[in-house]
Amino acid sequence: MNKEFVKFDKVDKSYDGKILVVKDLQLDIEEGEFVTMLGPSGSGKTTCLMMLAGFETPTHGEIYLDGRAISSIPPHKRGIGMVFQNYALFPHMTVYENLAFPLRVRKIPKDEADKKIDKALSMVSLQGFADRMPGQLSGGQQQRVAVARSLVFDPQLVLMDEPLGALDKNLRESMQYEIKHIHESIGVTVVYVTHDQSEALTMSNRIAVFNDGKVQQLSSPDELYEKPVNSFVAEFIGENNTFAGEVSDISGGKCKVKIANTEILANPISVKGKGEKTKISLRPERALINPSDKMDNIYSGKIEEVIYHGDHTRVRINVLGNNQFILKVPNSSANMDIKLGKDIKIGWNSDDARALDPK
Amino acid sequence: MSSETKQILTTDGIPLEVSLKKAERRNKIKAFLLVAPLLLFLIITYVFPIGEMLMRSVDDKMVTEMLPKTYKAMEKWDGKELPEEEVFAAFHEDFIKLVEEKREGKLSTQLNYTKNGFKSIIKKLRRKSKNFEEGNYKEQIMAVHKRWANVEYWNAIKRRAPAITGQKYLKGMDMYKNETGKIVSVSEDRRIHRILWLRTLEIAFFVTLFCFLMAYPIAHLLATLPMKYSNLLMICVLLPFWTSLLVRTASWMILLQQQGVVNDFFVGIGLVADDARPEMMYNKTGTYVAMTQILLPFMVLPLYSVMKTISPSLMRAGKSLGGTPIVAFWKVYFPLTIPGIGAGCLLCFILAIGYYITPALVGGASGTLISNQIAFHMKSTLDWSFASAMGLMLLTGVLAIYWVYNKLVGIDNIKLG
Repeated sequence: MNKEFVKFDKVDKSYDGKILVVKDLQLDIEEGEFVTMLGPSGSGKTTCLMMLAGFETPTHGEIYLDGRAISSIPPHKRGIGMVFQNYALFPHMTVYENLAFPLRVRKIPKDEADKKIDKALSMVSLQGFADRMPGQLSGGQQQRVAVARSLVFDPQLVLMDEPLGALDKNLRESMQYEIKHIHESIGVTVVYVTHDQSEALTMSNRIAVFNDGKVQQLSSPDELYEKPVNSFVAEFIGENNTFAGEVSDISGGKCKVKIANTEILANPISVKGKGEKTKISLRPERALINPSDKMDNIYSGKIEEVIYHGDHTRVRINVLGNNQFILKVPNSSANMDIKLGKDIKIGWNSDDARALDPK
Repeated sequence: MSSETKQILTTDGIPLEVSLKKAERRNKIKAFLLVAPLLLFLIITYVFPIGEMLMRSVDDKMVTEMLPKTYKAMEKWDGKELPEEEVFAAFHEDFIKLVEEKREGKLSTQLNYTKNGFKSIIKKLRRKSKNFEEGNYKEQIMAVHKRWANVEYWNAIKRRAPAITGQKYLKGMDMYKNETGKIVSVSEDRRIHRILWLRTLEIAFFVTLFCFLMAYPIAHLLATLPMKYSNLLMICVLLPFWTSLLVRTASWMILLQQQGVVNDFFVGIGLVADDARPEMMYNKTGTYVAMTQILLPFMVLPLYSVMKTISPSLMRAGKSLGGTPIVAFWKVYFPLTIPGIGAGCLLCFILAIGYYITPALVGGASGTLISNQIAFHMKSTLDWSFASAMGLMLLTGVLAIYWVYNKLVGIDNIKLG
């Protein structure tokens, strides 16, 4: 497999000559991979996708597709399938004609084209819809047609620009699985853009978290969640408890961080020496109530809010001067004594408390 | 007992339907009162004049009223031989009355429209009729002039008998009803209206075409440029719209006349010789140029409003799927602009077909349209019924075009904004 199937090499992009929307982007995508570009709006992820598709040109740097530099190749010669935000189905053509469009411009004979269209439609379970107009389809069905159309001409690379943004929650979730399964069954390389982290975590092999025109972290979903490399990623992905403080000691792969009047133990990720400001990030499910003595951070706090969520209960606790500390407690009979205003003991392992940059 | 058949009552015991109608009535009256002024205005300024125009174009009561007894007497006459004494006597009686009321001049004008030569013999009849003796009017009238003894002239009078006539419409098509009642074309050297109709259609067609060719790229630019520039461009499109039609037409006259700015420029750069300046004004060219410029906004605006709704991602989709920019444009963008094209073309064509002021000013002899002919009959010949007839023919033509368009493209497929 080609490790550098898509390669962004030192790519800069500016629209107005004043602000860089994409800064010195370095990104390699493996063949057959499902990579998601995730980030808040304005982070440059869609711009990257548009540069890859050929609708925007890099201000500096080069993009390679399968070893070829593509900056000077116009979009229609790149052979990249694309699913647009609002599907961009041709409203005056039937589903069949929409799918036939990329095949016709490639002068593929009709019987062969028909086979490909049938195959693509069955892939998205829309057999029998060939003669409908896009306007007669529901949002989910239009979405499937758009996916089928982007795949019908067997491109090596498919780009998806927030394709599920317009669907309601249930449909969005089922489409996520469907797109993931299609990707797994045909092995096409997919670059997917979204601002929805759960979508990214569900579907991707790897996720590139964008912020401020830069890739903050590029790694698999579990690593991204468990081991964020900076505060932005930690806060952007999933829920997060934070403590801001100052490093007072580093030794033996652990560090002590001074918070308010106490010192807590943490895992030094981006801090190097004493006196540095830091922000400690801790996932809510990594902190336990009534912890065993083996945990190296144990403190007591006061329950300020209890929200029942069915399978678990969210508990907001005031601990170490942080009254936004969230705990997720499974609803088992052992945890029945969680009551508002009670003082409880909570603890976590110092490995899970990641001392990151103070931003 | 089913609940559907049971009459539902309000809490006061009034049937619900009655109560609903009562509640709605006030709103209906209010709504009607709000539109009433406009309705009245439309009836007075639009429906009534058109009805009046229709009446006038077929109205031929004048002669019928002037010669009531003659026509009564003529009913039995077959028109082959000269009529009997009875008809002559009735005609004499009608004529004397007209002379007393000093209306015989009008009669002679009207009859002269039908057949040339009536004017002089009516004048002569008026002079001689003072000395007529009672009885045997046939002999006496025939003695006035030999045309009075010609059966064709009596037939011409008879042809004017019906109070309603279509002859103005025939005249508008360069045709007339001859002595035997057959509809024939006028001699070739006198056919002016057909040429004018064809020229009107031709100029309207080409003006629409030119407008379309120029407006399409402008509208596309307007729809795709960033707001900052598109607003400026929109003002450039609309600015002429806000300028007086006369001013614009006059400025074209200044630009295009033989000693005008454009010709001076051509001579200046050596494109044409000073003594061979092309005529661009007071002919078809002038009409084309000025009308295209004036009607351009009517094409730009519907196109723009349609193009504005076309998502730019559609063109991108077309390209990303492998279509060259031309294919993507032709297969994706263009078909989606058809509602705007239809609206713009229909609007331009219909406006162009009835255009008056510009062709009148810059058209010269070869660039005038049917509307100028209508105006000519309104103002110069005072043949209002003929002007009305041509106006209605124009209106019918426009409605026919609208109908054909509806059949071909469908009127729902039109978008004006």
